[in-house]
Amino acid sequence: MGFVTATAPPTHFRKLQAQIHLFTAIAAAGFRRYATYRQATVAAAFTNTIFGFLKAFVLLAVVGGAAGALGTAAGYSGPQLATFVWVGQGLLGVVGYWGWTDLADRIRTGEVVSDLLRPVHPVASYLATDLGRAGFGVFTRFVPPVLVGALAFDLYRPVHWSTYPLFALSVLIAVLLSFGCRYLVNATAFWLLDARGMILAWAIASTVLTGLVFPIRFLPDPVAIALWLGTPFPSMFQTPLDVLLERDPPLPRLGTLAVQLAWAAGVLGLCRVVQRRAEHRLVIQGG
Amino acid sequence: MVSTLAVYRRLVGAQARSQASYRVSFTLDLLGNIVWLGADLLGITVFFRITPSLGGFGFADVLVMLGLSASAFALADLAVGNIEKLRVYVRTGLLDSVLIKPLGVLPQLLALDFGLRRLGRAGYALVILVAALWYADIAWTPEKAALVVVTPLAGAAFFSAIFVAGATVAFWWIESGELANALTYGGRDFTSYPITVYSGWFRRLFAYALGFAFVAYYPALAVLDEPDPLGLPAATAWAGPVVAALAAAVAAALWRFGVRRYRSTGS
Repeated sequence: MGFVTATAPPTHFRKLQAQIHLFTAIAAAGFRRYATYRQATVAAAFTNTIFGFLKAFVLLAVVGGAAGALGTAAGYSGPQLATFVWVGQGLLGVVGYWGWTDLADRIRTGEVVSDLLRPVHPVASYLATDLGRAGFGVFTRFVPPVLVGALAFDLYRPVHWSTYPLFALSVLIAVLLSFGCRYLVNATAFWLLDARGMILAWAIASTVLTGLVFPIRFLPDPVAIALWLGTPFPSMFQTPLDVLLERDPPLPRLGTLAVQLAWAAGVLGLCRVVQRRAEHRLVIQGG
Repeated sequence: MVSTLAVYRRLVGAQARSQASYRVSFTLDLLGNIVWLGADLLGITVFFRITPSLGGFGFADVLVMLGLSASAFALADLAVGNIEKLRVYVRTGLLDSVLIKPLGVLPQLLALDFGLRRLGRAGYALVILVAALWYADIAWTPEKAALVVVTPLAGAAFFSAIFVAGATVAFWWIESGELANALTYGGRDFTSYPITVYSGWFRRLFAYALGFAFVAYYPALAVLDEPDPLGLPAATAWAGPVVAALAAAVAAALWRFGVRRYRSTGS
């Protein structure tokens, strides 16, 4: 009785240690997979850097024009906005919003069936690969734009040492959240077969609503707060950057991290539910 | 000659029909392209919520620059934007099958994947241009009217040259990925703002060495009756077509050199 699928309870007890070993092995494979795309990595880092210059100049012009009481725009100083842009350009390659259609492609071609035969939960297996990708991105996509930005512009240096580990934590949560959202967007292919429309909608939302086009705090406060609490988007980009820029006093800063964590947990939980339902549907389809 | 044109017409027609037949995808693509441009407009609107001026120019001025730049880019994207896929054609070997046919390589590639869905973007960009010109409350003269018509066309030719030149990178460097985006989409972003926003070597490189200043900035100054803070004469507004012709010549040379050098990927 019942379905035997990848997400069905394991039929035998497996040690946690073995699971962790498997997860890190898949993550390492993900790291190596992206490490083979050397030319594409160099090209992407170069392109990110050019866009860094474009965005940094525009945001600095915004501060220059605003010339508020303390030479700030929406509470950011010039160096803070320059840092927002350059670290943001680096973050793009780590968090990785676009271009991941692996799952949707495999669903369309039917290859996804072989994912279900593996002794790993599909969400965990894809997540491990994505963490490997993000880890590779830290070295190749994050460091170059930040170095170029630091050479060409006056960047903000965090005052408190505790900001650095908090920033690292926030980036990790952002990667988890971004992965969860991309998984859900791709998984719509189980029902729609052609997920291109959803992927496009995701690309637009993840560009405009994350803080990539303009810092979310440039919007009127009620809109910014509604976006922050009501959508996962600012938690993927704006939150880690604001943590690094020490934009908020300590307590609200931890608050934004908590919002981020809640979104990541919720979205990853939803991934499991969606995967389970999708598998049932797949069985019914006979595919 | 007539029959060659007929072949191209049929190729483009077939593409248009095939794209329009997936209705939901087509509509979503069309809408998506429109929203993308809306993002640029939203960005500028949000910036002007924070500041009254950007690089010394007001909201209406920057809107005119965005309108000119977006129209030029969208027209170029409609005409030759799909040349971006050249690297895919090179990698998969599809280019070989194009080379053996008795038609020009570049026109064939353009007809092969004609982006009908980009029509939405072009129409929307022109609407932004018209709205910006209306909003800016311009004292029209025949010269300005001519400039407003010529500028998006010259800009489209210029961006087309950039698209083609950028795509040729694939002949030398197959996994070049999004490298060309730095000049195509990067160029569009550059031209959407007054060049006074940028400074130093970056401005000299993009504005003058690569020629992006003549796509929207100088024509917009002439239409708005604003002097150039950087001191170039008003006649610079008409440099667009000359710069576009130069860029087209360079792109054509690069393209021919690239095709001749192409040796297939051997897969």
